[in-house]
Amino acid sequence: MERKPPPFPDSEEQEAHSEKAEEESGDDDDDDDDDGGEDIFTGNDLFSEEGSYPGVQEPSVDNQHASNGLRSDDDEQDLFAEARVELSLDRSSTKGIREVTRSSPSAPDISYKSSTSKMSFEKPEEEESNDKFELNIAVTHPEKVGDGMNAYMVYKVSTQTTLPMFKSRAFSVRRRFSDFLGLFEKLSEKHAQNGYIVPLPPEKSVVGMTKVKVGKEDTSSTEFVEKRRAALERYLHRVVSHQNLLQDPDVREFLEKDELPRAVSTQTLSGAGFLKMINKASDAVNKMTIKMNESDNWFEEKLQEVENEEQQLRKLHAVVDALVNHRKDLCGNTAVFAKSMAMLGNSEDNTALSRALSQLAEVEDKMEQLHQEQASNDFFIFAELLADYVRLLGGVRNCFDQRIKTWQRWQDAQSTLQKKREVEAKLLWANKPDKLQQAKDEITEWEAKVTQYERDFERICATVRKEVLRFEKEKSNDFKVHIIKYLESLLVSQQRLIKYWEAFLPEAKAIS
Amino acid sequence: MMPRAVNVDLQTDGTLQVDISDALSERDKVKFTVHTKSTLPSFKQNEFSVVRQHEEFIWLHDSFVENEEYAGYIIPPAPPRPDFDASREKLQKLGEGEGSMTKEEFTKMKQELEAEYLAIFKKTVAMHEVFLCRVAAHPVLRKDLNFHVFLEYNQDLSVRGKNKKEKLEDFFKNVVKSADGVLVAGVKDVDDFFEHEKTFLLEYHNRVKDASAKSDRMIRSHKSAADDINRIASTLYTLGTQDSTDVCKFFLKVSELFEKTRKIEARVAADEDLKLADLLKYYLRESQAAKDLLYRRGRALVDYENANKALDKARAKNKDVLQAETTQQICCQKFEKISESAKQELIDFKTRRVAAFRKNLVELAELELKHAKGNLQLLQSCLGVLKGDT
Repeated sequence: MERKPPPFPDSEEQEAHSEKAEEESGDDDDDDDDDGGEDIFTGNDLFSEEGSYPGVQEPSVDNQHASNGLRSDDDEQDLFAEARVELSLDRSSTKGIREVTRSSPSAPDISYKSSTSKMSFEKPEEEESNDKFELNIAVTHPEKVGDGMNAYMVYKVSTQTTLPMFKSRAFSVRRRFSDFLGLFEKLSEKHAQNGYIVPLPPEKSVVGMTKVKVGKEDTSSTEFVEKRRAALERYLHRVVSHQNLLQDPDVREFLEKDELPRAVSTQTLSGAGFLKMINKASDAVNKMTIKMNESDNWFEEKLQEVENEEQQLRKLHAVVDALVNHRKDLCGNTAVFAKSMAMLGNSEDNTALSRALSQLAEVEDKMEQLHQEQASNDFFIFAELLADYVRLLGGVRNCFDQRIKTWQRWQDAQSTLQKKREVEAKLLWANKPDKLQQAKDEITEWEAKVTQYERDFERICATVRKEVLRFEKEKSNDFKVHIIKYLESLLVSQQRLIKYWEAFLPEAKAIS
Repeated sequence: MMPRAVNVDLQTDGTLQVDISDALSERDKVKFTVHTKSTLPSFKQNEFSVVRQHEEFIWLHDSFVENEEYAGYIIPPAPPRPDFDASREKLQKLGEGEGSMTKEEFTKMKQELEAEYLAIFKKTVAMHEVFLCRVAAHPVLRKDLNFHVFLEYNQDLSVRGKNKKEKLEDFFKNVVKSADGVLVAGVKDVDDFFEHEKTFLLEYHNRVKDASAKSDRMIRSHKSAADDINRIASTLYTLGTQDSTDVCKFFLKVSELFEKTRKIEARVAADEDLKLADLLKYYLRESQAAKDLLYRRGRALVDYENANKALDKARAKNKDVLQAETTQQICCQKFEKISESAKQELIDFKTRRVAAFRKNLVELAELELKHAKGNLQLLQSCLGVLKGDT
C-alpha cells in the first residue's frame, strides 16, 4: 500500500532532536545510573496498582500534542518516560495480562522518541508474593549502516530491568531488522507447535527499505523508518509480556548479547511469509479427511470467532487507512487554500476585510497543522493497532491448527499401533519367533508414542485455551487503551480548533 | 424562508419584494415558484406567484446584458444551472453496490446521499432567489419590463434554451469580447478611480477564482473524511455486536460516538461550503459582472475617442462635419452616462462585498465554534463513560 506522507516538518529540527538524544543518552549505563530510577521506578502510581486501571490522563496537553517536536527537552534524557505498560497478573488461574499504555503517538516529528514497555509482574511460582520486577524496553535511534543496496538500518534496543535472569540492570544492544525476524523464527519453531501464540514481527518491505538504502532523504522514507521502529518496539513488548516467551533464552540473548550471529534464513521469512505458511497449513488441515470429534465446541466456536473478528478488523483497517489518506489530502488542500486566501487578502482593498482574510489564511494554516497531526494519530494509534491485530489473529489461527496437527499425530500413531498389533498377530499365527520379538519391540515403542502424543494433545488443548484467554485479555486491553488514547487526541484537536476560531471571530467582527 | 447566504444590504422596501416560496425537483428540471409582493401600480395585483424554470432566469439575465440602457450597471450574475448530476450518480452507484453492504450501511448511506441532494437543492433555490432579489433591489433594473413580465406573466414564457447555433454564437461573442477586453484594458484611463478599479478587479477576480477552486477541493476532502468516519462507525458496530464481552460494549459506545461526531463533521463541511465556498463563488461571478461593466465603459471610451478623432479629421477635411459632430456627441453622452452610473455601481459593489464577507466570515467562525464545542462535548462525555467503565 503506498501512502502519501504529509509534508514533513523541518528536518533540521528532527536532526537536532536525534543529535540531542545521542548526546544525552551517550553511554547507556551512565544515563541509567544517574536516573536512579527516579522517574521510572518511583513515584508512579502505575506500579503499585494491581487490578485497577490507572486513568489514562494526558497530563499537559500542549506538551504532547503540540506541533513539531514540542516534546519537552527533559524527556530526551529519559527514553522510558513516556509510555507505561503495566503488566500484572491476576490472582486467577488464567494468568491474564493487562496493559496500560500511555505512550504518546510516535508521530513523525517526534523522531526517535519511543514508547516503552514497563512491566511489573510477579514470579509465576509465587503468586502470593509481593515481589515486583520491572522490565522496560525501548527501540530507538535508527541508524543507517553502509551504503547503497547493502545498507541496512540498525536500531538501538535498550533494556532496563530488575529481573535477576539478566546480567545487568540496564543495557542496550544494536539490532537490525533481520535480527528481529531471526528471533521470531526461533520462537515460533520452539513454541508455536505447543500451541503458544507467538507474536508476529512487522512486515518486510522491499519498497520502503530500498528508498532508505538508496538514501532518499524524503518524508516517505523517514515515515517508513519511524513506522518500522514503532512496530519493532510493539513487537518486543508483546514478546516480553508473554511469560513463557520471556523465559526463553533466545529472548534473553536477543536483548543482552552484544553480537548476534546474522540470521540468514530470514531473508525470505517474515511476518507475511509466516502468514502465508499459516494459511497453507490451514488449508492442509481443512483437507484432512478425518475430522476431529470435538468433545466440546469451545475450540470450534472460538476459531469461528477469531476468523470473524479477523475479517472485521481487516475491513476496519482498510477504512481507517482511507481516513488517514483523506486527512492527508485535506491537510494538503487546506495548505493550498490558506495560501490562496492570503493572496486574496492582499488584493482586497478594504483594509479591515483584507486583514480579516489574512487572519483567515492563518487560521487555515493552523488547521493544516492540526490535520497533519491528526492524520498521524489516525495512523500510529489506530491504523497500526488494527494492522498488528490482523496479523496476530493469524497467529492465533495457527495455534488452533497446531492443536489439530497434534491430534492428527496422535490418531496416526494409534493407527500405526493398530497395524503393528495386526502384524504381531499374523506373526504369532505364522510362528516366526525372531520377527516376533521385533514386532513386540515395535509395539512397545508405539504404545509409548501413543501415550506421549495423547498427553501432548491434552497439553496443547490446555495451552491453547490458556493462550486464547490470555490473548483476548491482552487484546481487549490494547484496544481499550489505544482507542481511548485516540479519542483523547481527537479531543485535543477540537480544543485547539476552538482556540483558533475564537481568536479569529473578533477579527471578522471588526470588518467594516 | 431561505436564508440568503450571500447578499446583504439589499434595500428591501415594501414596494417590491420577491422570493422563491417553493421549488419542485422533477426528472431533469427544477420548477421554482416565484412569489412577489408589491405596492407598485404597474402590477395588476399586490401579491402573486408564477412558476419559472432555470432557462427563464437566464433569458431575463441575458435581456439585461443585451440592453444598451443598462450598459452602465453591474448586471447581477445569472444563477448557475441546477446540477444534480454528481448526486444522482452517487445515488445510482449506491444502488448498484447495495448487495455488497449490510442493510444498516445501505440505509445510512442512502440517508446521507438524500441529505446531500437536499442540500444541493436548497443551494440552487437560494442562488436563484438571490438573483431576483438583486434585481428587485436595483433602482433601475427593478423597473425593467421584462422583469415585470417574468414576475407576473403566469404562462410559460416559451424561452427555449439556446440551441446549438445560438450557443456557438455566444461562444464567439465571448471570444471576441475577451480579445476586445484585452485591447480595451490596454487603454490607460484618465480617470484615476477607474484606473484603480480596473487593476484591482482584474487581480481580485483572478484570486477569487483561485480561492474558490481551492476551497471546493478542501471541502471535498473534508466530506470524504467524514464519510470514512461513517464507515468506521459501522464497522465498529459490527465488531461490537459479535458478542457481549466488555470490549464489545466498548466498541459499541465508540461506534455510537463516531456516528455522532461524523454528523457534526459533515455539517462542518456543509457550513464551510455555504459560508465560504458559496461566498467565493458568488463574488467570482459578481466580480466578473463588474469587469464586464468596466469593459463596456472601456468600449464606450474607445468609441468616444475614435469619434473625436473622426471629428478632427472631418473638420480638417471640412467634410461630413455635422455627421461627425453628432456621432461624437452621442458617444460622449453614452460614455459619460456609463461612467457616472458605473462609479456608483462599483462603490456599491465594494460596500456589498465587504458586508457580505463580514456576515459570512462571522457566521462561519461562529458555526465552526459551535460544531467544535459540540464535538468536544461528545468526546468528553464518551471518554468519561469509557474510562469510568474500565
